[in-house]
Formats: sequence, structure tokens, C-alpha cells
Amino acid sequence: MTQSLRTSPYLPAGLPIPVPEPSGVSEPYWSGLRAGRLLVQHCPACGTWQFGAEWLCHRCHRFDPVWEEVQPTGRIYSWERVWHPSHPALNGHGPYLVVLVELPQAGNVRMVGNLLGDPLQEVVIGTDVLGEFEHHHDADPPFSLLHWRSR
Amino acid sequence: MAGRTLRGKVAVIGIGESVYYRHGRSPDPEFKLALQAILAACADASLAPAEIDGFASYGDERSESSRLAAALGIRRLRSSIMQWGGGGGGCCAAVANGAAAIATGQADCVVVFRSLAQGEYGRYGRSPALDTIAGEKAYLMPYGVLAPPQRFAMRVRRYMHEHGIRHEAMRAIALASYHHAQANPRAIMAGKPLDAERYDASRWIAEPFRLFDCCQENDGAAALILVDAERARDFPHKPAYLLGAASGSGYRAGADPHNSPAYASANFGTLAPDLYRMAEVSPSDVGVVQSYENFTGGVVMALIEHGLVSAETANDFLQLENLIAPSGQLPLNTSGGNLAECYMHGFELVLEAVRQIRGTSTNQASRNDVALVAGGPMVTPASTLILGSEATL
Repeated sequence: MTQSLRTSPYLPAGLPIPVPEPSGVSEPYWSGLRAGRLLVQHCPACGTWQFGAEWLCHRCHRFDPVWEEVQPTGRIYSWERVWHPSHPALNGHGPYLVVLVELPQAGNVRMVGNLLGDPLQEVVIGTDVLGEFEHHHDADPPFSLLHWRSR
Repeated sequence: MAGRTLRGKVAVIGIGESVYYRHGRSPDPEFKLALQAILAACADASLAPAEIDGFASYGDERSESSRLAAALGIRRLRSSIMQWGGGGGGCCAAVANGAAAIATGQADCVVVFRSLAQGEYGRYGRSPALDTIAGEKAYLMPYGVLAPPQRFAMRVRRYMHEHGIRHEAMRAIALASYHHAQANPRAIMAGKPLDAERYDASRWIAEPFRLFDCCQENDGAAALILVDAERARDFPHKPAYLLGAASGSGYRAGADPHNSPAYASANFGTLAPDLYRMAEVSPSDVGVVQSYENFTGGVVMALIEHGLVSAETANDFLQLENLIAPSGQLPLNTSGGNLAECYMHGFELVLEAVRQIRGTSTNQASRNDVALVAGGPMVTPASTLILGSEATL
């Protein structure tokens, strides 16, 4: 259900490609996306969920939270419809939709992604959404994104 | 905590700026603009530049203090202070940090300034050319969240959702800035008035922001001079005393990407109580407000979090007639601010607060003994300050 059936990416090529920082703190997240898995940090000591990546649990200070797979489902916490291109790759493109999605099954951590479908669709905060992976296996370096679609 | 305060200890005795330009239009490079603003502030104060012994700034200021000290031939550099992080949200903290250096005997005469030549160094509103991105922006840029409008639109949208704020409230913020700019000869938008129809017809940048909800980008520099309050009356202008200041943010405000628990917030919730406590004033004592417009929605949030208007009454109160000098209930951004005077990363707002205390603004408020400046909303750390006249000491 969560594998992308689309062949063309939501946004044009040419935007910066996400990579882990040299320290590698977020590397499991990015390699997880490439494998079609959504991983979120989860503290084995106190159960706190955490996103984005950090070296320790912000609640109990145990180092090295475990990366746990969660279902890519959530609900729209906020959204924006972008019209003005802030990058040359977006000239002549748009509008496009960005959503902030909260994941109730992972402590309501939030993730930014694009909302697939008609860019002029009405967007309602609280709407349930399903994740869809968008793979760029041929990019250099290869990467994957996680988008969302209204359920 | 008793006795630990900056209230009344330090005053602004000089202000100055370069000519303000549209972005990319300055004939002079950024460092030269900084020198022009600093010398203009010295001239305003009738102060010999050699008297300066400290510099304070924010927002990754590029005009370095040691180079300034060498260029100006100052005798001794004693304080070199940069607010750490938060971009334009540091505009008030830079003043407080400079004042703290003076109050603790680490400097006698501190210049606080910002110089910004976007034509020379690149614009905030355009993403730089990058092949790859790591860190916080890696979670955002591949999805087209590249520049400040896209980074802040969802915060404002969520705030509007939680509090029922209407577009008309944001529109009133924009109209007030443009209204005031028409009387300000320094303002980039002087001669370019804005009315509700033109606002409503303007293009979307990132919903819920229209063009006129977004600040300009500019070239220029602005500076002010701080001295110990004991010396402040030795200078030609009426001193503007620092009554209170606060900076920072609340619990995990820096949880990226967009994971701040108080997401629908301008980050002044923890600052405003400290600010009013130090200043020993209440929101009803504030006669005139300069509130950093990165985006008009951020101003709505800042005014509410400072207790100057309630979320429940914001739609009714935020009307142009309430926000304009001389006698609106809460004159706001009386120079034209970031939207219509010049986007000097908010420092033009601090200078305008000084003019209000002096009584020399081109849009003078009738209640001008207590002037509040709210630095960049929605960033962390944010900052805020209150200036007062001698009558408030």
C-alpha cells in the first residue's frame, strides 16, 4: 500500500539531495527510506519517541535511542501551498503542497512532506494521510523521500 | 534574583543608518555600509568614534568587530559580542548583550549594529545552489521548503487554525507598516502606498502568505550607541533607557524539523514575563510597539504573546485605525518596519523605538514613554526589549 506507483517525482529534479550529516546521527533514517521503511528514534529505557535524530533521548538522557520501524500513516497537523519558486529548479513549476504530518503511533512526532494529488485540492488540518515512498535510485547520490496522500 | 537587572542602567545615546536600498542596489559593499551607519550614529551622539570600546551584533554578522576597530582606529577593543543563533531574532538580544557588558564594567561605549548587503552576499529568499543537504534542512529542502516563507507558513497556518485568526488581521499589520512608511523619507516603500484592495489582489507566495505579508530584502546598515546611564545626559539627545530585555525560547523550541512542542507560537511565551518583570511595566503601559515582520502572521503571534492583545480579541482589534500613530490604541511599526522601511534584520525597528522615546519619529506616537521591540518571531532564540524615557526611571 505504501509503495509508490508513480513514475515521476512530485517536484522537479534539481533540488538539494538529502544526505546524512558527517556524524551519521540521522543515517538510519535516510537508509530506511531507501529501503521503503520509515524509522523513528524510540528510547528503549523510557519509551519516548523522537524525530529528527539526536544522540540521546531528550526525556531520560539515555544515549543512542533505537531506530524503530513505524507504519507511514498520520494526520495533517499543518500545511502550505507554495506558489513562489525559491529555487531555480522550481521556476515555472507550482503551486505545490507541503504538509506537516503528525504520527500518533509514534508519540505524535511530526514530519514534513508533500501532499500528493491535485495541488489545488482543499487541505484540512486533521485529515488522515498515508505515506508513499518516492525513490530516486538513479540519482547521485541515490535517495528516497516520503510523501503523503489523503486517505 | 534581587538586584540582577539591566533596568535603567544603560541608555541609547546615538542612532544612525546608511542609505537603505533595495536588495542588490547598494553601490557600496556591506562593510562600508556598516562603517557609514556607525559613523552616522557617532555624529548623532556627538561622540568621537575613538570612544567606542565594544561591538555587539547578531544574525551571523559578517562585519567583524576587530576589523571595525582597526578601520575606525579605536584605542582599545574590550567587548566583542555576538548573539548565538536565531538570525534576525537576535536584534534585541544584541542590544541587551551590549548593555550587559557596560553594566558589568566590561565596556564603556558599545556600538550595536547590523549590516546586510544582500546584493553582495545573496538573498534569504532564494535558496543557494547546493547539490546535497544535510542536517535540519535535509528534512525540508527536498520537499520544496527552502526559504523563510515556506519555513514559516505552516507555523502561522497552525496558529490561525488553533486561534481562529483571520487573514484580515494579517492584512492590518501590512497596511500599518505601509501607512507609516509614506511619511518616512528613509523608507524604501515611501511613495508606494498599500490599501486593502491591492493587498487582497497580491499574489500568493506560500499560503497563507501573500506578497505583502512577507518582508523585503534590502541592502543597508543600522547602528546605535550604548553608554552607562550615568553619562547618558551628557549627550545632545534625550536618552532612551533600556528598561528590560529577554531572549531565548521555550521547551524544545529547537526540535527540528518542525517538532517544537509549542509549534503554533512565536517563541515569546517564556520571554514576555521576564521582559515585563525586568522593565517593571505591564503591557498596558506600552505606548508604541515595533514588532519584527518576517511575516505578518508572526507579528500577530508576537503581539498576543506579549499580552498586547488577546487571541480572542485579535480579529477585532487588529484593524488599521488601532495600529497607526499618533493616537491609535497601539501604534505599530511606525517607521514602516521590515515590510516597508527596510529589512535591516529588524535593527531599523530598534532605532525607531529610540526615535519614539526621543519624540522625533516621522510617525510620532502620542504615548511614547515606554516603547517595546519584539525581535524575530518564530525563531529560536528570539529576543525582545523595552526602552523607556527618563520619566520611567
